[in-house]
Amino acid sequence: MSSAAVTTASAPATNAGGSALARLGAAFFGRLVIIVPYVWLLFFFLIPFVIVFKISLSQTAIAIPPYTPALDFSGGISGFIAQLKQLSLDNYTWLTQDALYFNAYVTSVIIAAISTVLTLLVGYPIAYGMARAPATIRPTLLMLVILPFWTSFLIRVYAWIGILKPEGLLNQLLLATGVIHQPLIILNTYTAIFIGIVYSYLPFMVLPLYSALEKMDYSLIEAAKDLGCPPTGAFWKITFPLSLPGVIAGCLLVFIPAVGEFVIPDLLGGSQTLMIGKTLWNEFFANRDWPVSSAVAVILLLLLIVPIMLFQRAQARAQEMDR
Amino acid sequence: MKSLGSIRRDFAPWNDPNAKPYIQFDNVTKKFGDFTAVNNLSLTIFEREFFALLGASGCGKSTLLRMLAGFEEPTSGRILLDGQDLRGIPPYRRPVNMMFQSYALFPHMTVENNIAFGLKQDGMPKPEIASRVAEMLKLVKLEQFAKRKPHQLSGGQRQRVALARSVAKRPKVLLLDEPLGALDKKLREETQFELMDLQQNLGLTFVVVTHDQEEAMTMADRIAIIDKGEVMQVATPAEVYEAPGSRFVAGFVGNVNMFEGKIARGEAGSASIDAGNGITIRTDNAGTAGAGTAVTFAIRPEKIKVSSKKPAEAVNAIEGEVYDIAYLGDMTVYHVRLDDGQVVRASTMNAARITEDPLSWNDRAWVSFRPDAGVVLTR
Repeated sequence: MSSAAVTTASAPATNAGGSALARLGAAFFGRLVIIVPYVWLLFFFLIPFVIVFKISLSQTAIAIPPYTPALDFSGGISGFIAQLKQLSLDNYTWLTQDALYFNAYVTSVIIAAISTVLTLLVGYPIAYGMARAPATIRPTLLMLVILPFWTSFLIRVYAWIGILKPEGLLNQLLLATGVIHQPLIILNTYTAIFIGIVYSYLPFMVLPLYSALEKMDYSLIEAAKDLGCPPTGAFWKITFPLSLPGVIAGCLLVFIPAVGEFVIPDLLGGSQTLMIGKTLWNEFFANRDWPVSSAVAVILLLLLIVPIMLFQRAQARAQEMDR
Repeated sequence: MKSLGSIRRDFAPWNDPNAKPYIQFDNVTKKFGDFTAVNNLSLTIFEREFFALLGASGCGKSTLLRMLAGFEEPTSGRILLDGQDLRGIPPYRRPVNMMFQSYALFPHMTVENNIAFGLKQDGMPKPEIASRVAEMLKLVKLEQFAKRKPHQLSGGQRQRVALARSVAKRPKVLLLDEPLGALDKKLREETQFELMDLQQNLGLTFVVVTHDQEEAMTMADRIAIIDKGEVMQVATPAEVYEAPGSRFVAGFVGNVNMFEGKIARGEAGSASIDAGNGITIRTDNAGTAGAGTAVTFAIRPEKIKVSSKKPAEAVNAIEGEVYDIAYLGDMTVYHVRLDDGQVVRASTMNAARITEDPLSWNDRAWVSFRPDAGVVLTR
């Protein structure tokens, strides 16, 4: 607090003895560190994507693998080029011709968007409560948020069937307490999907919100109150704007995987619900139409690139603010 | 002791029995669990006063400020502002504003929006807000930084924004929590005078919390010295320094030499103190302490003269040996070890560039002082 005028004169880097070789080594190591993530992305993202993209341009065939052409070099360069010429955008045209796909995409985006908003509404108070809790119990609360990850995701979604089905726990409880007299039909509806997504993705919302709220200086709220702002006003004018990077990060972390979600609509939404993840699964496993399902996947990826880019911009902005 | 008054000689409402107190702490106690931060404390602050709460960290001074602002409620006792009991009034309805130690500037708002924040809360019309903000920016000389965000400002500039924001609403009382704590020494000294000017020009009541005694001495009309949640003394800076009420205050503010002893003989304020080891101190400031009372004689270093020969006319002269000398440019500090082992600190202004007969390490030397130079403390 009593920072006397001590100017810490940082000694100039005494690197006189550092040989050129050592510096070269350091430069190489620096490069290496940067290269590693790129190599990772090349092998585990870009190459698989190119393969999927290539399959999406192929045609189905009763063969192993179930599409043609299966690019190979047995025919030399000219044979390879001949195979490339067989590739076409037919599958993408097909996606536009059957309304099923368009509806599935739109429904998925709408369901994901509604679920994201619901997750935010549930997650924000939790994150806020955690961030304002005494520092001693915060690690415990954080642990409790992460705890569900210790059990299989599939089992946790299955458990919801037992809770939501007409003769399930929830209905039994509500009937026993006299709140309702007819069992509620929740399972195999969109409501069940919302419940499943909110439940499953809550930690992804809570954690970024918590980290944004936790580092906020509480004296800002006191300053706002001191200047005549009641608590609700202080929340909307100070707390919420400052937690916006966390809100954006949390929403995208929920929205992006929720769009392509397959397990939750399949288990909780029943056969009536139409989501792109389920459509993709059906094309792949039921129809064995790898090219069309690949095209579905590529379009899904393009659809998600926009929110992902928004996410990155938000992160860059948050870093800018932290400086 | 009529000379120990306020710097602003015409301003001394605390000496006027008819003056109306502006802020009153009435037997205020604040407990956090088992810990008593403020213990049955009473304090009176007057309108337009520059009042400092001085104490070590954790002494409860910030809690006092936070209770005035409304962030904490007293466990018992009451706080009055201009005759109104503040209990139950939330911070956003109190006519006080606070400048936070961390400045607490809103990072997502520009400088001008930070300053305008409180005015907008009051529903002030837009043109008035604009002119008030412009006025505040001019006051703190930050006109060209209006559109900047706090993180684009230096520490000193942020401090000014915080100040402008807290005075923009013209509060009845401005509370300042370690307002200069984060500034470097040179900037701090400049800003001290600016704060004093500001307080004079705006005619506001300032209550400042600080652990820096120099800061409190420079700026405040009166200082309350707080220790363990209790007021040790409330007085003008000069009184606190020259007439400390207790050993704690004498030791807390500035440097001091203390001699423990007993009053040997005393009449009408002047007395002889037997300080042991054959040292007898004659003083005119014994007050009401009678013979036999155990007392501490406290004397400031600059009131002690060091010489190589025993001064002929001195009433109090004690012999010792120069143990340490610190040359500080404007003055020299001598540490003289008396024959009984006690080390006395004495400082001399270097009024002349060349001193005849300079003292050196291990020289025999005499420390001497006048009978009115020290004070006798019984607490």
